[in-house]
Amino acid sequence: MSGELLRAEGIGKRFGGFVALEGITVSFAAGQLTSIIGPNGAGKSTFFNILSGALTPTSGKLHFRGRELNGLPQHRFVHQGISRSYQITNIFPDLSVHENVRVAAQALTVSYDIWRNRARLAELHARADAALEAVGLLSKRNELAKFLSHGQQRALEIAIALVSEPELLLLDEPTAGMGPEETKDMVALLERLADRRTVLLVEHKMKMVLGLSKRVVVLHHGRLLADGAPDEIRSNPEVRRVYLGQSEGYG
Amino acid sequence: MTHPSSGEALAKSSSGGIGWLLEQRVLLSIAVLALLPWLLPSQALAVNVLIYGVVVMGYNLLFGYTGLLSFGQAAFFGAGAYFTGIAIGRFGVPWFAAVPIAVLLSTCLAAAIGLVSTRTRGIYFSMVTLALAQLVYYVALQAASFTGGENGLRGFTVDRISLFGLQVNFLDPVNKYYVLMAFAALAMWFQSRILNSPFGAVIEAIRENEQRARACGYDVERSKLIVFMLSGAISSLGGCMLALHLSIVPLDILHYQTSGMIVMMVLLGGARSFFGPFVGAASFLILEDVISLWTPHWQIFVGAIFVLFVLFLPKGIWGTPLDMLGIGKARP
Repeated sequence: MSGELLRAEGIGKRFGGFVALEGITVSFAAGQLTSIIGPNGAGKSTFFNILSGALTPTSGKLHFRGRELNGLPQHRFVHQGISRSYQITNIFPDLSVHENVRVAAQALTVSYDIWRNRARLAELHARADAALEAVGLLSKRNELAKFLSHGQQRALEIAIALVSEPELLLLDEPTAGMGPEETKDMVALLERLADRRTVLLVEHKMKMVLGLSKRVVVLHHGRLLADGAPDEIRSNPEVRRVYLGQSEGYG
Repeated sequence: MTHPSSGEALAKSSSGGIGWLLEQRVLLSIAVLALLPWLLPSQALAVNVLIYGVVVMGYNLLFGYTGLLSFGQAAFFGAGAYFTGIAIGRFGVPWFAAVPIAVLLSTCLAAAIGLVSTRTRGIYFSMVTLALAQLVYYVALQAASFTGGENGLRGFTVDRISLFGLQVNFLDPVNKYYVLMAFAALAMWFQSRILNSPFGAVIEAIRENEQRARACGYDVERSKLIVFMLSGAISSLGGCMLALHLSIVPLDILHYQTSGMIVMMVLLGGARSFFGPFVGAASFLILEDVISLWTPHWQIFVGAIFVLFVLFLPKGIWGTPLDMLGIGKARP
Protein backbone atom coordinates (compact mmCIF):
# COMPACT_ATOMS: atom_id res chain seq x y z
CA MET A 1 0.00 0.00 0.00
CA SER A 2 1.43 3.33 -0.92
CA GLY A 3 1.63 6.06 1.68
CA GLU A 4 1.87 3.53 4.49
CA LEU A 5 3.36 5.20 7.56
CA LEU A 6 3.13 2.69 10.36
CA ARG A 7 2.71 -1.06 10.24
CA ALA A 8 2.20 -3.30 13.26
CA GLU A 9 2.76 -7.00 12.61
CA GLY A 10 1.41 -9.53 15.07
CA ILE A 11 1.95 -7.26 18.07
CA GLY A 12 1.42 -9.04 21.37
CA LYS A 13 1.99 -8.00 24.96
CA ARG A 14 1.85 -10.10 28.11
CA PHE A 15 2.13 -8.92 31.68
CA GLY A 16 3.07 -12.12 33.47
CA GLY A 17 0.21 -14.48 32.76
CA PHE A 18 -2.14 -11.76 31.56
CA VAL A 19 -2.42 -11.32 27.82
CA ALA A 20 -3.07 -7.64 27.15
CA LEU A 21 -2.67 -7.78 23.39
CA GLU A 22 -2.43 -10.62 20.95
CA GLY A 23 -1.71 -10.77 17.24
CA ILE A 24 -2.53 -7.17 16.35
CA THR A 25 -1.71 -6.67 12.68
CA VAL A 26 -2.75 -3.32 11.32
CA SER A 27 -1.26 -0.59 9.19
CA PHE A 28 -1.91 3.12 9.05
CA ALA A 29 -1.67 5.30 5.99
CA ALA A 30 -0.25 8.80 6.06
CA GLY A 31 -2.56 11.75 6.28
CA GLN A 32 -5.74 10.56 7.94
CA LEU A 33 -7.35 10.39 11.33
CA THR A 34 -7.90 6.89 12.62
CA SER A 35 -9.60 6.13 15.91
CA ILE A 36 -8.94 3.16 18.11
CA ILE A 37 -11.92 2.22 20.23
CA GLY A 38 -12.87 -0.59 22.51
CA PRO A 39 -14.39 -1.18 25.96
CA ASN A 40 -12.30 -0.63 29.08
CA GLY A 41 -9.48 -3.15 29.28
CA ALA A 42 -9.54 -3.84 25.54
CA GLY A 43 -5.83 -3.03 25.27
CA LYS A 44 -6.06 0.43 23.69
CA SER A 45 -3.66 2.07 26.12
CA THR A 46 -1.24 -0.84 25.96
CA PHE A 47 -1.26 -0.59 22.18
CA PHE A 48 -0.61 3.16 22.41
CA ASN A 49 2.22 2.63 24.86
CA ILE A 50 3.81 0.20 22.44
CA LEU A 51 3.40 2.58 19.49
CA SER A 52 5.07 5.37 21.48
CA GLY A 53 7.87 3.19 22.84
CA ALA A 54 6.86 3.28 26.51
CA LEU A 55 6.33 -0.49 26.43
CA THR A 56 8.21 -3.11 24.44
CA PRO A 57 5.98 -5.72 22.80
CA THR A 58 6.56 -9.32 23.81
CA SER A 59 5.99 -10.41 20.24
CA GLY A 60 5.57 -8.87 16.82
CA LYS A 61 7.23 -6.07 14.91
CA LEU A 62 6.66 -2.38 14.45
CA HIS A 63 7.65 -0.63 11.22
CA PHE A 64 7.60 3.13 10.82
CA ARG A 65 8.38 4.57 7.40
CA GLY A 66 9.96 1.24 6.52
CA ARG A 67 12.20 1.23 9.57
CA GLU A 68 11.88 -1.32 12.32
CA LEU A 69 11.30 0.30 15.70
CA ASN A 70 11.74 -2.74 17.93
CA GLY A 71 14.46 -2.27 20.51
CA LEU A 72 14.57 1.49 20.15
CA PRO A 73 14.51 3.28 23.54
CA GLN A 74 11.41 5.39 24.19
CA HIS A 75 13.12 8.76 23.91
CA ARG A 76 14.20 7.95 20.33
CA PHE A 77 10.61 7.56 19.13
CA VAL A 78 10.10 11.32 18.99
CA HIS A 79 13.24 11.61 16.93
CA GLN A 80 11.73 9.14 14.47
CA GLY A 81 8.62 11.29 14.17
CA ILE A 82 6.14 9.72 16.60
CA SER A 83 4.79 11.93 19.33
CA ARG A 84 2.02 11.39 21.85
CA SER A 85 -0.27 12.97 24.38
CA TYR A 86 -1.46 11.28 27.55
CA GLN A 87 -4.84 10.25 28.90
CA ILE A 88 -4.00 11.65 32.33
CA THR A 89 -2.69 15.17 31.97
CA ASN A 90 1.07 14.92 31.84
CA ILE A 91 2.72 18.33 31.66
CA PHE A 92 5.51 20.24 33.44
CA PRO A 93 3.40 21.90 36.17
CA ASP A 94 5.91 24.41 37.57
CA LEU A 95 7.13 25.70 34.21
CA SER A 96 5.43 28.42 32.20
CA VAL A 97 3.06 27.36 29.44
CA HIS A 98 5.52 28.65 26.87
CA GLU A 99 8.45 26.82 28.46
CA ASN A 100 6.44 23.57 28.53
CA VAL A 101 6.26 23.66 24.77
CA ARG A 102 9.67 25.22 24.13
CA VAL A 103 11.49 22.54 26.09
CA ALA A 104 9.70 19.90 24.01
CA ALA A 105 10.73 21.69 20.81
CA GLN A 106 14.36 21.79 21.84
CA ALA A 107 14.61 18.00 22.39
CA LEU A 108 15.22 17.42 18.71
CA THR A 109 18.07 19.91 18.38
CA VAL A 110 20.08 21.16 21.34
CA SER A 111 19.44 18.84 24.33
CA TYR A 112 22.94 18.71 25.77
CA ASP A 113 24.17 22.19 24.99
CA ILE A 114 25.35 23.70 28.30
CA TRP A 115 26.86 26.78 26.73
CA ARG A 116 24.43 28.81 24.65
CA ASN A 117 21.77 31.02 26.16
CA ARG A 118 18.42 29.39 25.50
CA ALA A 119 16.63 32.73 25.66
CA ARG A 120 18.44 33.65 22.44
CA LEU A 121 17.45 30.54 20.49
CA ALA A 122 14.68 32.50 18.79
CA GLU A 123 13.56 29.76 16.43
CA LEU A 124 12.54 27.50 19.32
CA HIS A 125 10.57 30.32 20.95
CA ALA A 126 8.80 30.99 17.67
CA ARG A 127 7.96 27.33 17.17
CA ALA A 128 6.64 27.07 20.71
CA ASP A 129 4.43 30.11 20.19
CA ALA A 130 3.19 28.72 16.89
CA ALA A 131 2.19 25.45 18.58
CA LEU A 132 0.47 27.39 21.37
CA GLU A 133 -1.41 29.43 18.81
CA ALA A 134 -2.50 26.27 17.02
CA VAL A 135 -4.19 25.01 20.20
CA GLY A 136 -5.44 28.46 21.23
CA LEU A 137 -3.22 28.99 24.26
CA LEU A 138 -0.98 31.81 23.08
CA SER A 139 -2.60 34.32 25.43
CA LYS A 140 -1.67 32.12 28.40
CA ARG A 141 1.97 31.69 27.44
CA ASN A 142 3.49 33.30 30.53
CA GLU A 143 1.32 31.56 33.12
CA LEU A 144 2.48 28.56 35.07
CA ALA A 145 1.07 25.40 33.54
CA LYS A 146 -0.37 24.23 36.85
CA PHE A 147 -2.71 27.24 36.96
CA LEU A 148 -4.44 26.41 33.67
CA SER A 149 -7.93 24.94 33.65
CA HIS A 150 -8.31 21.25 32.94
CA GLY A 151 -9.35 21.85 29.34
CA GLN A 152 -6.44 24.20 28.77
CA GLN A 153 -4.04 21.66 30.23
CA ARG A 154 -5.41 19.09 27.79
CA ALA A 155 -4.74 21.54 24.96
CA LEU A 156 -1.23 22.20 26.30
CA GLU A 157 -0.70 18.46 26.34
CA ILE A 158 -1.41 18.43 22.61
CA ALA A 159 0.81 21.47 21.96
CA ILE A 160 3.71 19.65 23.64
CA ALA A 161 3.16 16.66 21.36
CA LEU A 162 2.62 18.84 18.31
CA VAL A 163 5.68 21.06 18.54
CA SER A 164 8.06 18.31 17.45
CA GLU A 165 6.24 18.36 14.08
CA PRO A 166 5.54 14.62 14.31
CA GLU A 167 4.59 12.62 11.24
CA LEU A 168 2.40 10.51 13.48
CA LEU A 169 0.51 12.08 16.35
CA LEU A 170 -0.90 9.73 19.00
CA LEU A 171 -3.67 11.25 21.12
CA ASP A 172 -4.85 9.29 24.14
CA GLU A 173 -8.36 10.44 25.07
CA PRO A 174 -7.82 14.15 24.57
CA THR A 175 -11.31 14.94 25.89
CA ALA A 176 -10.99 12.86 29.07
CA GLY A 177 -12.69 14.61 31.96
CA MET A 178 -13.92 17.53 29.83
CA GLY A 179 -17.29 19.19 29.97
CA PRO A 180 -19.41 19.70 26.82
CA GLU A 181 -18.06 23.21 26.06
CA GLU A 182 -14.43 22.17 26.37
CA THR A 183 -15.12 19.03 24.36
CA LYS A 184 -16.54 21.14 21.54
CA ASP A 185 -13.35 23.21 21.44
CA MET A 186 -11.24 20.08 21.45
CA VAL A 187 -13.20 18.52 18.60
CA ALA A 188 -12.67 21.68 16.55
CA LEU A 189 -8.95 21.46 17.31
CA LEU A 190 -8.84 17.79 16.30
CA GLU A 191 -10.60 18.58 13.04
CA ARG A 192 -7.98 21.20 12.24
CA LEU A 193 -5.18 18.76 13.11
CA ALA A 194 -6.68 15.96 11.05
CA ASP A 195 -6.53 18.16 7.95
CA ARG A 196 -2.78 18.24 7.95
CA ARG A 197 -1.48 15.31 9.96
CA THR A 198 -1.65 11.62 10.52
CA VAL A 199 -3.45 11.20 13.82
CA LEU A 200 -4.27 8.13 15.85
CA LEU A 201 -6.93 8.77 18.43
CA VAL A 202 -8.08 6.72 21.38
CA GLU A 203 -11.50 7.88 22.51
CA HIS A 204 -14.55 6.81 24.44
CA LYS A 205 -17.06 9.34 23.16
CA MET A 206 -18.63 7.39 20.34
CA LYS A 207 -20.50 10.06 18.39
CA MET A 208 -17.39 12.18 18.39
CA VAL A 209 -15.21 9.32 17.12
CA LEU A 210 -17.61 8.33 14.36
CA GLY A 211 -17.92 11.94 13.25
CA LEU A 212 -14.21 12.70 13.23
CA SER A 213 -12.56 9.58 11.90
CA LYS A 214 -11.94 8.34 8.38
CA ARG A 215 -11.35 4.90 9.80
CA VAL A 216 -12.07 3.13 13.07
CA VAL A 217 -10.19 0.19 14.56
CA VAL A 218 -11.98 -1.75 17.31
CA LEU A 219 -10.10 -3.72 19.95
CA HIS A 220 -11.73 -6.19 22.28
CA HIS A 221 -10.00 -8.36 24.89
CA GLY A 222 -6.63 -7.59 23.35
CA ARG A 223 -7.62 -8.64 19.83
CA LEU A 224 -8.57 -6.80 16.71
CA LEU A 225 -12.34 -7.04 16.42
CA ALA A 226 -13.13 -4.80 13.47
CA ASP A 227 -11.48 -2.31 11.17
CA GLY A 228 -13.22 -0.06 8.70
CA ALA A 229 -14.97 3.20 7.87
CA PRO A 230 -17.23 4.67 10.59
CA ASP A 231 -20.38 3.53 8.77
CA GLU A 232 -19.18 -0.05 8.56
CA ILE A 233 -18.27 -0.01 12.22
CA ARG A 234 -21.61 1.42 13.16
CA SER A 235 -23.44 -1.40 11.43
CA ASN A 236 -21.06 -4.20 12.44
CA PRO A 237 -23.11 -6.56 14.66
CA GLU A 238 -20.07 -7.75 16.64
CA VAL A 239 -19.10 -4.18 17.48
CA ARG A 240 -22.66 -3.29 18.41
CA ARG A 241 -22.76 -6.23 20.75
CA VAL A 242 -19.55 -5.53 22.67
CA TYR A 243 -19.38 -1.80 22.57
CA LEU A 244 -21.85 0.48 20.94
CA GLY A 245 -24.93 -0.84 22.67
CA GLN A 246 -23.65 0.04 26.06
CA SER A 247 -22.51 3.56 25.26
CA GLU A 248 -25.25 4.92 23.06
CA GLY A 249 -25.99 7.53 25.66
CA TYR A 250 -22.49 8.96 25.45
CA GLY A 251 -21.12 11.87 23.51
CA MET B 1 -3.60 37.33 12.90
CA THR B 2 -1.01 39.36 14.72
CA HIS B 3 0.74 38.49 17.86
CA PRO B 4 4.03 39.77 19.18
CA SER B 5 6.94 37.88 17.71
CA SER B 6 8.68 35.78 20.24
CA GLY B 7 11.66 38.11 20.48
CA GLU B 8 9.46 41.04 21.37
CA ALA B 9 7.45 39.02 23.81
CA LEU B 10 10.65 37.93 25.48
CA ALA B 11 11.94 41.45 25.71
CA LYS B 12 8.62 42.56 27.13
CA SER B 13 8.40 39.91 29.78
CA SER B 14 11.97 40.45 30.94
CA SER B 15 11.91 44.23 30.76
CA GLY B 16 11.70 46.32 33.88
CA GLY B 17 13.81 46.05 37.00
CA ILE B 18 13.31 42.42 37.85
CA GLY B 19 14.22 41.03 34.46
CA TRP B 20 17.31 43.17 34.30
CA LEU B 21 18.36 42.16 37.79
CA LEU B 22 17.90 38.50 36.94
CA GLU B 23 20.24 38.87 34.01
CA GLN B 24 22.84 40.41 36.27
CA ARG B 25 22.61 37.75 38.95
CA VAL B 26 26.26 36.73 38.64
CA LEU B 27 27.56 40.29 38.98
CA LEU B 28 25.19 41.05 41.85
CA SER B 29 26.20 37.90 43.67
CA ILE B 30 29.88 38.74 43.23
CA ALA B 31 29.24 42.24 44.57
CA VAL B 32 27.59 40.85 47.70
CA LEU B 33 30.39 38.35 48.22
CA ALA B 34 32.97 41.12 47.81
CA LEU B 35 31.39 42.96 50.75
CA LEU B 36 31.00 39.84 52.86
CA PRO B 37 34.18 40.16 55.01
CA TRP B 38 32.83 43.50 56.25
CA LEU B 39 29.28 42.29 56.75
CA LEU B 40 30.10 39.22 58.82
CA PRO B 41 31.64 39.22 62.33
CA SER B 42 34.86 37.55 61.23
CA GLN B 43 37.06 37.01 58.18
CA ALA B 44 37.23 33.29 58.92
CA LEU B 45 33.47 33.04 58.75
CA ALA B 46 33.41 34.91 55.45
CA VAL B 47 35.92 32.50 53.89
CA ASN B 48 33.86 29.55 55.08
CA VAL B 49 30.69 31.03 53.62
CA LEU B 50 32.50 31.41 50.31
CA ILE B 51 33.74 27.82 50.32
CA TYR B 52 30.54 26.16 51.49
CA GLY B 53 28.54 28.47 49.25
CA VAL B 54 30.31 27.07 46.18
CA VAL B 55 29.90 23.47 47.40
CA VAL B 56 26.20 23.98 48.08
CA MET B 57 25.71 25.83 44.78
CA GLY B 58 27.04 22.77 42.94
CA TYR B 59 24.71 20.60 44.96
CA ASN B 60 21.79 22.88 44.15
CA LEU B 61 22.23 22.00 40.47
CA LEU B 62 21.54 18.38 41.36
CA PHE B 63 18.98 18.76 44.12
CA GLY B 64 17.24 22.08 43.46
CA TYR B 65 17.18 22.16 39.69
CA THR B 66 17.10 18.46 38.76
CA GLY B 67 15.28 17.20 41.86
CA LEU B 68 17.81 14.48 42.71
CA LEU B 69 18.29 14.16 46.48
CA SER B 70 21.85 12.93 46.91
CA PHE B 71 23.32 12.19 50.33
CA GLY B 72 26.83 11.87 48.96
CA GLN B 73 27.93 15.31 47.84
CA ALA B 74 30.71 15.33 50.47
CA ALA B 75 32.58 12.85 48.25
CA PHE B 76 33.21 15.55 45.64
CA PHE B 77 33.86 18.31 48.16
CA GLY B 78 36.43 16.04 49.81
CA ALA B 79 37.84 14.77 46.53
CA GLY B 80 38.52 18.33 45.36
CA ALA B 81 40.33 19.09 48.62
CA TYR B 82 42.33 15.86 48.74
CA PHE B 83 43.36 15.94 45.09
CA THR B 84 44.50 19.56 45.45
CA GLY B 85 46.50 18.78 48.58
CA ILE B 86 48.07 15.63 47.15
CA ALA B 87 48.95 17.34 43.87
CA ILE B 88 50.68 20.21 45.67
CA GLY B 89 52.20 18.33 48.61
CA ARG B 90 53.28 15.09 47.01
CA PHE B 91 53.83 15.95 43.39
CA GLY B 92 54.93 19.56 43.72
CA VAL B 93 52.34 20.78 41.24
CA PRO B 94 51.91 24.57 41.38
CA TRP B 95 48.58 25.63 42.93
CA PHE B 96 47.12 27.06 39.72
CA ALA B 97 47.58 23.71 37.99
CA ALA B 98 46.57 21.66 41.03
CA VAL B 99 43.06 23.17 41.08
CA PRO B 100 42.01 22.24 37.53
CA ILE B 101 43.63 18.80 37.92
CA ALA B 102 41.70 18.24 41.14
CA VAL B 103 38.42 19.35 39.56
CA LEU B 104 39.01 17.06 36.60
CA LEU B 105 39.78 14.04 38.78
CA SER B 106 36.78 14.78 41.00
CA THR B 107 34.56 14.98 37.91
CA CYS B 108 35.81 11.52 36.92
CA LEU B 109 34.86 10.30 40.40
CA ALA B 110 31.43 11.89 39.91
CA ALA B 111 31.12 10.07 36.57
CA ALA B 112 31.84 6.75 38.27
CA ILE B 113 29.42 7.34 41.16
CA GLY B 114 26.87 8.86 38.79
CA LEU B 115 26.95 5.89 36.44
CA VAL B 116 25.86 3.62 39.26
CA SER B 117 23.54 5.94 41.19
CA THR B 118 21.58 7.63 38.38
CA ARG B 119 20.19 4.26 37.34
CA THR B 120 18.16 4.25 40.53
CA ARG B 121 15.36 6.53 41.62
CA GLY B 122 13.94 8.19 44.71
CA ILE B 123 15.10 6.84 48.03
CA TYR B 124 17.31 4.27 46.29
CA PHE B 125 19.24 7.04 44.58
CA SER B 126 19.76 8.76 47.95
CA MET B 127 20.94 5.53 49.57
CA VAL B 128 23.29 4.57 46.74
CA THR B 129 24.95 8.00 46.77
CA LEU B 130 25.28 7.79 50.56
CA ALA B 131 26.86 4.35 50.38
CA LEU B 132 29.29 5.21 47.59
CA ALA B 133 30.32 8.44 49.33
CA GLN B 134 31.02 6.46 52.50
CA LEU B 135 33.11 4.13 50.37
CA VAL B 136 35.19 7.14 49.33
CA TYR B 137 35.49 8.08 53.02
CA TYR B 138 36.85 4.67 53.95
CA VAL B 139 39.25 4.64 51.01
CA ALA B 140 40.65 7.96 52.25
CA LEU B 141 40.84 6.54 55.77
CA GLN B 142 42.69 3.40 54.68
CA ALA B 143 45.03 4.90 52.10
CA ALA B 144 46.87 6.71 54.88
CA SER B 145 50.17 6.89 53.02
CA PHE B 146 48.47 9.11 50.44
CA THR B 147 45.83 10.86 52.47
CA GLY B 148 47.19 10.95 56.01
CA GLY B 149 44.33 8.72 57.19
CA GLU B 150 42.59 9.87 60.35
CA ASN B 151 44.97 12.76 60.86
CA GLY B 152 43.94 14.34 57.63
CA LEU B 153 46.19 15.50 54.86
CA ARG B 154 49.02 17.78 55.89
CA GLY B 155 52.31 18.95 54.55
CA PHE B 156 51.30 21.33 51.82
CA THR B 157 51.12 25.05 52.27
CA VAL B 158 50.35 27.76 49.82
CA ASP B 159 51.79 30.93 51.32
CA ARG B 160 52.68 33.04 48.33
CA ILE B 161 50.80 33.27 45.10
CA SER B 162 52.19 34.91 42.04
CA LEU B 163 49.60 36.42 39.80
CA PHE B 164 50.93 37.70 36.49
CA GLY B 165 54.28 38.52 38.09
CA LEU B 166 52.62 40.07 41.11
CA GLN B 167 53.48 38.40 44.41
CA VAL B 168 50.49 38.06 46.70
CA ASN B 169 50.91 37.11 50.34
CA PHE B 170 48.34 34.33 50.66
CA LEU B 171 48.63 34.24 54.45
CA ASP B 172 46.98 37.64 54.65
CA PRO B 173 43.28 36.88 55.24
CA VAL B 174 41.99 39.68 53.02
CA ASN B 175 44.19 38.65 50.09
CA LYS B 176 43.20 35.05 50.63
CA TYR B 177 39.54 35.95 50.63
CA TYR B 178 39.69 37.77 47.33
CA VAL B 179 41.77 35.11 45.60
CA LEU B 180 39.26 32.47 46.71
CA MET B 181 36.43 34.78 45.68
CA ALA B 182 37.77 34.68 42.14
CA PHE B 183 37.19 30.92 42.18
CA ALA B 184 33.69 31.42 43.54
CA ALA B 185 33.00 33.97 40.80
CA LEU B 186 34.17 31.50 38.18
CA ALA B 187 31.88 28.83 39.64
CA MET B 188 28.92 31.22 39.68
CA TRP B 189 29.50 32.24 36.09
CA PHE B 190 29.66 28.60 35.03
CA GLN B 191 26.55 27.66 36.99
CA SER B 192 24.64 30.60 35.56
CA ARG B 193 25.57 29.55 32.03
CA ILE B 194 24.38 26.01 32.68
CA LEU B 195 21.08 27.26 34.09
CA ASN B 196 20.53 29.57 31.11
CA SER B 197 21.46 26.92 28.57
CA PRO B 198 19.18 24.49 26.75
CA PHE B 199 20.51 21.76 29.06
CA GLY B 200 19.38 23.84 32.03
CA ALA B 201 15.86 23.55 30.63
CA VAL B 202 16.24 19.78 30.26
CA ILE B 203 17.10 19.21 33.92
CA GLU B 204 14.15 21.34 35.02
CA ALA B 205 11.88 19.35 32.74
CA ILE B 206 13.21 16.13 34.28
CA ARG B 207 12.52 17.49 37.76
CA GLU B 208 9.00 18.50 36.80
CA ASN B 209 8.01 15.31 35.00
CA GLU B 210 10.51 12.63 34.17
CA GLN B 211 8.08 10.52 32.14
CA ARG B 212 7.04 13.44 29.98
CA ALA B 213 10.65 14.54 29.49
CA ARG B 214 11.40 11.08 28.15
CA ALA B 215 8.34 11.15 25.89
CA CYS B 216 9.53 14.54 24.59
CA GLY B 217 12.67 12.84 23.33
CA TYR B 218 15.17 13.34 26.15
CA ASP B 219 17.54 10.63 27.25
CA VAL B 220 16.76 11.04 30.94
CA GLU B 221 19.50 8.72 32.26
CA ARG B 222 22.20 10.42 30.22
CA SER B 223 21.01 13.88 31.28
CA LYS B 224 21.07 12.85 34.94
CA LEU B 225 24.62 11.55 34.56
CA ILE B 226 25.75 14.81 32.94
CA VAL B 227 24.19 16.95 35.65
CA PHE B 228 25.65 14.68 38.32
CA MET B 229 29.11 15.29 36.88
CA LEU B 230 28.62 19.06 36.52
CA SER B 231 27.35 19.23 40.10
CA GLY B 232 30.32 17.21 41.35
CA ALA B 233 32.74 19.43 39.42
CA ILE B 234 31.41 22.64 40.96
CA SER B 235 31.30 21.21 44.49
CA SER B 236 34.84 19.90 44.08
CA LEU B 237 36.02 23.42 43.31
CA GLY B 238 34.79 24.32 46.80
CA GLY B 239 37.02 21.51 48.07
CA CYS B 240 40.02 22.97 46.22
CA MET B 241 39.30 26.31 47.87
CA LEU B 242 39.16 24.64 51.29
CA ALA B 243 42.53 22.96 50.75
CA LEU B 244 44.16 26.24 49.71
CA HIS B 245 42.54 28.01 52.65
CA LEU B 246 43.35 25.57 55.46
CA SER B 247 46.57 23.99 54.14
CA ILE B 248 45.25 20.79 55.66
CA VAL B 249 42.39 18.53 54.63
CA PRO B 250 40.50 17.07 57.59
CA LEU B 251 39.14 13.56 56.97
CA ASP B 252 35.78 14.71 58.33
CA ILE B 253 34.87 16.58 55.19
CA LEU B 254 34.31 13.25 53.44
CA HIS B 255 31.98 12.03 56.17
CA TYR B 256 28.26 11.71 55.56
CA GLN B 257 27.65 14.40 58.18
CA THR B 258 29.16 16.84 55.72
CA SER B 259 26.74 15.61 53.04
CA GLY B 260 23.91 16.14 55.50
CA MET B 261 25.13 19.63 56.26
CA ILE B 262 25.16 20.44 52.53
CA VAL B 263 21.54 19.31 52.25
CA MET B 264 20.58 21.45 55.25
CA MET B 265 22.37 24.48 53.85
CA VAL B 266 20.60 24.30 50.50
CA LEU B 267 17.20 23.94 52.18
CA LEU B 268 17.89 26.79 54.62
CA GLY B 269 18.92 29.12 51.83
CA GLY B 270 16.44 27.98 49.26
CA ALA B 271 16.82 25.25 46.66
CA ARG B 272 16.25 26.38 43.08
CA SER B 273 17.52 29.88 43.70
CA PHE B 274 20.81 31.12 42.37
CA PHE B 275 22.14 32.93 45.43
CA GLY B 276 20.26 30.81 47.98
CA PRO B 277 23.20 28.43 48.58
CA PHE B 278 25.38 31.28 49.83
CA VAL B 279 22.58 32.54 52.08
CA GLY B 280 22.08 29.00 53.36
CA ALA B 281 25.78 28.46 54.02
CA ALA B 282 26.02 31.81 55.82
CA SER B 283 22.92 31.16 57.95
CA PHE B 284 24.05 27.70 58.93
CA LEU B 285 27.59 28.78 59.82
CA ILE B 286 26.38 31.83 61.76
CA LEU B 287 23.89 29.67 63.67
CA GLU B 288 26.66 27.21 64.45
CA ASP B 289 28.96 30.04 65.59
CA VAL B 290 26.42 31.78 67.77
CA ILE B 291 24.73 28.79 69.38
CA SER B 292 27.96 26.88 70.04
CA LEU B 293 29.10 29.86 72.14
CA TRP B 294 26.64 28.97 74.88
CA THR B 295 26.04 25.27 74.41
CA PRO B 296 28.07 22.40 73.00
CA HIS B 297 24.80 20.86 71.87
CA TRP B 298 24.30 23.43 69.11
CA GLN B 299 23.21 20.77 66.67
CA ILE B 300 19.95 20.26 68.58
CA PHE B 301 19.02 23.89 68.00
CA VAL B 302 20.18 23.99 64.40
CA GLY B 303 18.21 20.80 63.83
CA ALA B 304 15.08 22.32 65.36
CA ILE B 305 15.42 25.45 63.25
CA PHE B 306 15.93 23.27 60.20
CA VAL B 307 12.72 21.35 60.90
CA LEU B 308 10.82 24.65 61.25
CA PHE B 309 12.13 25.71 57.87
CA VAL B 310 11.15 22.51 56.15
CA LEU B 311 7.66 22.80 57.65
CA PHE B 312 6.96 26.49 57.25
CA LEU B 313 9.45 27.98 54.79
CA PRO B 314 10.20 25.20 52.32
CA LYS B 315 11.65 27.70 49.86
CA GLY B 316 14.21 28.92 52.36
CA ILE B 317 15.48 32.28 53.56
CA TRP B 318 16.34 33.49 50.09
CA GLY B 319 13.84 31.57 47.99
CA THR B 320 10.76 32.68 49.96
CA PRO B 321 11.05 36.45 49.37
CA LEU B 322 11.99 35.81 45.73
CA ASP B 323 8.88 33.74 45.39
CA MET B 324 6.69 36.41 46.98
CA LEU B 325 8.06 38.97 44.54
CA GLY B 326 7.34 36.57 41.70
CA ILE B 327 10.96 36.43 40.62
CA GLY B 328 12.27 33.32 38.99
CA LYS B 329 8.83 31.76 38.63
CA ALA B 330 7.99 31.77 35.00
CA ARG B 331 11.09 32.10 32.91
CA PRO B 332 9.90 32.85 29.42
